[in-house]
Amino acid sequence: MQKIYSKIESIVGNVITVRAKGVANGELAVVASAGSTSFANVIKLDGDLVSLQIFSGATGTSTGDHVRFLGNPMRVSSSPNLLGRVFDGTGSPRDNKPELKEEMIDIGGPSVNPAKRIIPRNMIRTGIPMIDLFNTLVESQKLPIFSVSGEPYNELLARIALQAEVDLIILGGMGLKYDDYLYFKDTLEEGGAMNRTIMFVHTASDPTVECMLVPDMALAVAEKFALEGKKVLVLLTDMTNFADAMKEMAITMDQVPSNRGYPGDLYTQLASRYEKAVDFEGAGSVTILAATTMPGDDVTHPIPDNTGYITEGQYYLKGGRIEPFGSLSRLKQQVNSATRDDHRALMDGMIRLYASFKEALEKQSMGFMMSEWDEKLLKYGALFEEKMMDLSVNIPLERALDLGWEILGDCFEPNETGLRSDLIRARWPKHLGE
Amino acid sequence: MTRNTGRVLGVNGNMVNVEFDGAIAKNEVGYIRQGDIRLKGEVIRINGNIAALQVFEMTGGIVVGDEVEFTGEMLSVELGPGLLTQIYDGLQNPLPELARQCGFFLQRGVYLQALPNLDWEFTPTVSVGDIVKAGDTIATVPEGLFTHQIMVPFDLVGSFTVTSINKAGTYKTRDIICTIEDSKKKKIELSMVFSWPVKKAIQLYSERLRPVEPMTTKIRIIDTLLPVAKGGTYCTPGPFGAGKTVLQHATSRNAEVDIVIIAACGERAGEVVEILKEFPELIDPKTGRSLMERTIIICNTSSMPVASREASVYTAVTIAEYYRQMGLDILLLADSTSRWAQAMREMSGRLEEIPGEEAFPAYLESRIAEFYERAGIVRLHDGKIGSVTIGGTVSPAGGNFEEPVTQATLKVVGAFHGLSRERSDARKYPAIDPLTSWSKYTGIIKQSDVEQMRRVLHGSHEVNQMMKVVGEEGTSVNDYVTYQMGELLDSCYLQQNTFDPIDTSVAPERQKHVFAKLRHLMNMPLTFETKSDVRRVFNNLRQLLLDWNNTLWESDEFKAAEAALDEAFKALM
Repeated sequence: MQKIYSKIESIVGNVITVRAKGVANGELAVVASAGSTSFANVIKLDGDLVSLQIFSGATGTSTGDHVRFLGNPMRVSSSPNLLGRVFDGTGSPRDNKPELKEEMIDIGGPSVNPAKRIIPRNMIRTGIPMIDLFNTLVESQKLPIFSVSGEPYNELLARIALQAEVDLIILGGMGLKYDDYLYFKDTLEEGGAMNRTIMFVHTASDPTVECMLVPDMALAVAEKFALEGKKVLVLLTDMTNFADAMKEMAITMDQVPSNRGYPGDLYTQLASRYEKAVDFEGAGSVTILAATTMPGDDVTHPIPDNTGYITEGQYYLKGGRIEPFGSLSRLKQQVNSATRDDHRALMDGMIRLYASFKEALEKQSMGFMMSEWDEKLLKYGALFEEKMMDLSVNIPLERALDLGWEILGDCFEPNETGLRSDLIRARWPKHLGE
Repeated sequence: MTRNTGRVLGVNGNMVNVEFDGAIAKNEVGYIRQGDIRLKGEVIRINGNIAALQVFEMTGGIVVGDEVEFTGEMLSVELGPGLLTQIYDGLQNPLPELARQCGFFLQRGVYLQALPNLDWEFTPTVSVGDIVKAGDTIATVPEGLFTHQIMVPFDLVGSFTVTSINKAGTYKTRDIICTIEDSKKKKIELSMVFSWPVKKAIQLYSERLRPVEPMTTKIRIIDTLLPVAKGGTYCTPGPFGAGKTVLQHATSRNAEVDIVIIAACGERAGEVVEILKEFPELIDPKTGRSLMERTIIICNTSSMPVASREASVYTAVTIAEYYRQMGLDILLLADSTSRWAQAMREMSGRLEEIPGEEAFPAYLESRIAEFYERAGIVRLHDGKIGSVTIGGTVSPAGGNFEEPVTQATLKVVGAFHGLSRERSDARKYPAIDPLTSWSKYTGIIKQSDVEQMRRVLHGSHEVNQMMKVVGEEGTSVNDYVTYQMGELLDSCYLQQNTFDPIDTSVAPERQKHVFAKLRHLMNMPLTFETKSDVRRVFNNLRQLLLDWNNTLWESDEFKAAEAALDEAFKALM
């Protein structure tokens, strides 16, 4: 199997073709140029013509370079020695420490049998009311953070990483600015979390193909540790770069683009990564939080749009706050019946009133006279934004619920809230009376 | 039948080109041999002696020159007793059994028998010498709640004479229980199972009827305002997060049909798991048995291979048609047809076909129409009436209903339940937009009364729009009453709380009762001095109605809440 091919037929973008026999689809190869070597994998077979994508990019690749097929697909080490380490998109160390070759596992493995999945049941507490109260994060959930470039999504991810109660954090960075990479590293180190963290980082200056490998690497390792009983939180940032890398490859391969140049299988490709989020019966779990920047703040852009259909809700980050509209944790219903009896009703009721506040605000901005009701809404909205939405608020869920009732009590009569009478009787702040 | 073979020529994603010998058919199934495992694929294009196979598995590891075996059969499903309660993937592999054999992950190339070889209490209904043809019942076995008819395989052409039939007793699914012979004395042995190609509609009935009888879902906005008929079709397009799946789950729990088939096509695995784990625990109030006993799940989630996603909706509708042949009412819920369309788009791209709008293939519309046309209410040869109702969700890109899949679907369905982002953002569930959605069927409430409600809703919406321009102070008290009336109908009747044990399903009688009460209110001449009076009164009415919604039908609390409401009405006179 160690035959070396030394005639490259074509070089287009990062894809080369060679004539070879007995090569398997998906197989890994080494392409050796004069001064450097790079990995490549087989992405298409057509007779004896084999197409490979070169991980480090085809810049400087010569038709005389040597291609050697390795007989196995892309692999990554999954040993406990990974903890505290930083790797690049091909699994090579980025931290000047030795390379790891133990317990190699294939990346992009098969999907979990739906019949073996269990209903998620554990809340992950973060201390952020907009998450804990209104859109609870649940173990094994997959949630993107939709935001615009410039929003503090990496800061939010880092804060969740530090505060969330999990065993292991795996960070997959795609197209990360070098500063952001250092920010994550420093923050996790300062917070004392680095020894339970593994990082796979592709920075903006690294070759595009490596970007596409990062989620598979991170998730293959996460899955392995989850099977060993660990509660793993995977943070991916930024999935938009991943999708753009895929678009670049698809166009190089002459695929028919479907929507704004993205390949037709964008949904499937994203889904096969996000669906790795799982809670294993009798073992651990994988939870995925992924930053997705929306080009032009447009949620109908193919990347956030397809992501939204795959993930179990989404957090919108806007103006440095998690927006109550659009933000949704689909799995919250699984856990918020067990937190406190007023959790669900309060969560829906407060958002409904906040929606009315927005309408009143709109009327006000158009110069209309504010009715008594509008005034109440304006007061409510201001309090809600200050005490609940501000990202610096860090309180446990129970306190946040009490705070919710206090805000309602400050602003409204009980029957204006649209909440059920029995809850109002039980929870309406006593000093205000009904 | 001679089996043809071939060799792999090329691999591109999940499409494999195969050079073959002999004759093969389009949609024939072939297996690619890879050492011990065999990967299933379907022929989707033939050109000269090269066939394009869409492979239902990951294609990593396939090598040029790998051997391919063709089966001579089209992609088919097994039909017989034991389908109910099963959980299949898109190719009818039983997932729980697969889990027992392979553990957590879906291994490639493992194909199991769809129907377990169980014991059945067999009662013959024909005798030796009887003449039978395809679709005729030859025996019955009890399957859970139903009498499962064992039928002559649907693909047999002509008349046959029964030459032997087993006596009543216990037999296994795959035992030979009957032999028949055709006019040329050729004998055919029958078991309780036979197969049928999924892409062909089963058309063994005397006539198709017009769908008129409502299929109630116990969801107020649907049954009252946007009804669906038995044998009808409807679609639920909506942007992500608008509650399509929650709505479908509620429908699958509460729909007044015999059997529900859920095709989870390219959607989240977690949602299927909720059904898998909850349904066996939930009791169907009509039968007193577990809901799972009337349910079949076809589950091909988004991370499972894309080609079997394409097959999954056909698998589901074929099983639905099979049970329809027994005179049962079936509801097929497909979530989501957009993923199915995307699977077609992916294959079309690999085949390098000329793309249509948004790169969907040109045959998208005809495929969607063909699929929905497999719904219908029919009179069978034995006089029984059976129906297949199809409800499909659509996930339009960007929530924009102008895209090809939504538009192609709207052309062929009988009801449109469009979900709106604004309503879901405001937590108004179910987020079906009452103004833009439509239905061509008649529901449980008199048409003219429904129209009255629709007028109020429209009026209320207009006043609301106007208020955004002229403000509340520029609105007359009467208009303001209209606005509040619409809001009241919306919040207390059209909105419904799926997670409340009582409000989650509202029986038609209760809907009629509450609707009559609301109609009474709509007909009342209401006069107020000021707008804040209006707001106060309607806030009070809303509270009373919401509390009423949360009481058990005809319980003392229900009556007390109703009395309180009547009292409030009287005060308005």
